[in-house]
Amino acid sequence: MVRWGMVIDLDKCSGCQACVVACKAENNVPFASPEEAQKGRVINWMEIIPIIEGEYPELKARLIPRPCMHCDHPPCTKVCPVYATFKNEEGLVAQVYKRCIGCRYCTTACPYTVKYFNWHKPAWPEEMRAFLNPDVSVRQKGVVEKCTFCHHRLQKAREKVQVEKRGLKEGDYVPACAQTCPTRAITFGDLDDPHSSVSKLKQSPRAFKLLEELGTEPKVIYLSEERFYRKVVV
Amino acid sequence: MDRRIDMTDDEKLFEPILNFGIKFRITAMILGTVILWALFAWIYQLREGLGVTGLNRPVYWGFYITNFVFFIGISHAGTLISAILRLTNAEWRRSITRSAEVITVLVLFFGVGNILVDMGRMDRILNVFKHPQFQSPLLWDVTSISIYLTASSIYLYLPLIPDIAMIRDRTKKLRWFYSMLALGWRGTEQQRKWLEKAIAFMAILVIPIAVSVHTVVSWVFAMTIQPMWHSTIFGPYFVAGAIFSGIAALIIAMALIRKVYRLEGYLLPIQFNNLGILLLVMSLFWFYFTFAEFLTSFYGAEPTHMVVFWSKISGEYAPFFWTMFATCFVIPFVILCNKRTRTITGTVVASVSVTIGMWLERFTIVVPTLLNPRLPYERGLYSPTWVEWSITAGSFATFILLYMLFTKLFPIVSIWEMMEGRKHAVREVSERIKTYFSGDVKDE
Repeated sequence: MVRWGMVIDLDKCSGCQACVVACKAENNVPFASPEEAQKGRVINWMEIIPIIEGEYPELKARLIPRPCMHCDHPPCTKVCPVYATFKNEEGLVAQVYKRCIGCRYCTTACPYTVKYFNWHKPAWPEEMRAFLNPDVSVRQKGVVEKCTFCHHRLQKAREKVQVEKRGLKEGDYVPACAQTCPTRAITFGDLDDPHSSVSKLKQSPRAFKLLEELGTEPKVIYLSEERFYRKVVV
Repeated sequence: MDRRIDMTDDEKLFEPILNFGIKFRITAMILGTVILWALFAWIYQLREGLGVTGLNRPVYWGFYITNFVFFIGISHAGTLISAILRLTNAEWRRSITRSAEVITVLVLFFGVGNILVDMGRMDRILNVFKHPQFQSPLLWDVTSISIYLTASSIYLYLPLIPDIAMIRDRTKKLRWFYSMLALGWRGTEQQRKWLEKAIAFMAILVIPIAVSVHTVVSWVFAMTIQPMWHSTIFGPYFVAGAIFSGIAALIIAMALIRKVYRLEGYLLPIQFNNLGILLLVMSLFWFYFTFAEFLTSFYGAEPTHMVVFWSKISGEYAPFFWTMFATCFVIPFVILCNKRTRTITGTVVASVSVTIGMWLERFTIVVPTLLNPRLPYERGLYSPTWVEWSITAGSFATFILLYMLFTKLFPIVSIWEMMEGRKHAVREVSERIKTYFSGDVKDE
């Protein structure tokens, strides 16, 4: 079985936020006004989290790109009362917008707080509307959304390989963030395939997972020489 | 044998029935205004989305969830207290059980109501029944609250039947209504036997249901792995807190009923005193649970827990936390442990204090944990907007209005149980007490 996963090499990441922008454009993530942003209502399926240690001048600051972890033991799916979020057979944690009742139990249960709520009807500036991605449904007011590992791209890749009468191979399905990253810090693939790049990278002694001690088994794996990344605690 | 009750007694208790005086109308109008305003706020929220509240990421839950937990807690006033007093044959219960049971049934609607208001897509509520996911503690809530609402409605209704029959026999207004509800009650020996059996059965049944309700409410929080929510103490802590706030609500309701309907002869200082002692005991339980919870967190000193801990003890939520501590423990303890201050006024002051404190407790459980997620990023702060204040005020106003309305439709003191008490209780109790002692007990 396929188990989709992502490896992010923090030692390569320059913190340019291209992944954040690519994700927003790809997934029709609505805009937030500055006032709404101030209130903490920006939707960022991919977010750059600053990790700061020490005080000036003995200061260390690093940035961590944070998509949904697509946990193997997701705390969010367990608590959903209506199966609006669930882990599919390929390990992707899915979100069904039409089913969601907007109770926000999953958003509070997620220890990474990667789930976002539509406080208003999603809105875009007029000039942006023409650029909405037709492959991704626009969400309704009052539902929860989050990173899907660009699941629509998997569907497209499947259609493509079917036409070409071949199996899915590495590189056919890559999320927008991984595709965009200028330093190629983000690698994507099948964690269950021992020959895939992600499988090889996850063996690295630099590999770690966010909040690993919680037992959520994230399928996003980070690489870094820096030890202090690993104790990301407030 | 037909044992019709002599209706010359207890005339006072029938007085308020269908007697909508000017004071009632004015109060109802004031409450109605608040309710209309809240409805306006709610419609506004439905149109614009939950963006009109102060909620944000990571504070996804705020006033509404606090109200939900608070109201469900208050609902433990009635049924549980009344059931325990009935089962233990506490004779002083007779005049207070009804007013307690009504609180339970009515307040449950506002617990559930606040959950509905909190939902982003209330229009999809039926998904809960169409696609139930029983791993979710919210589904456990739906289940146990529905059972509780049903059981406590039956438990309220059963002891009402003889009183409804009495109203049916003496009033001309709304006769069809009372006839229908009286279910052909004539007070025959057979009917009485069945009624008493049914009440006793329900009294036993509602206790485990009531305990389960507040336990699963706490599990909504405790089943997550969030700091200071993920705690085994939450189940019993919430049940104790619920009974605590429930008794307080009952004392306030009783004092108001006593004053408004001049029922000084029915709601006596002794009952306030006894409930006051219960409140004192629960206040000590509350302190014990709170102390145990915070000491465990503090001693373990896990960093993520400590962030929430300090935000309550000395951080931005310290004013709420310490007000809660004063109102839930210090004030009620000081008033209630002294016999001279354990008067009607004293117990009411303590109860108002506890009610405020228990709301704050729910608030300081919900918000500080959410405000301090594990990963560091820019957070919004939570401050409720006029919409949340209005809907909260509306919930309280509707509850009070419905409660008032109930007292105008049905006797708020169980008349037949008072009559029974006068007729049989003294003899029954003294006979029971005689059985506690061996040998002959002589009447003086």
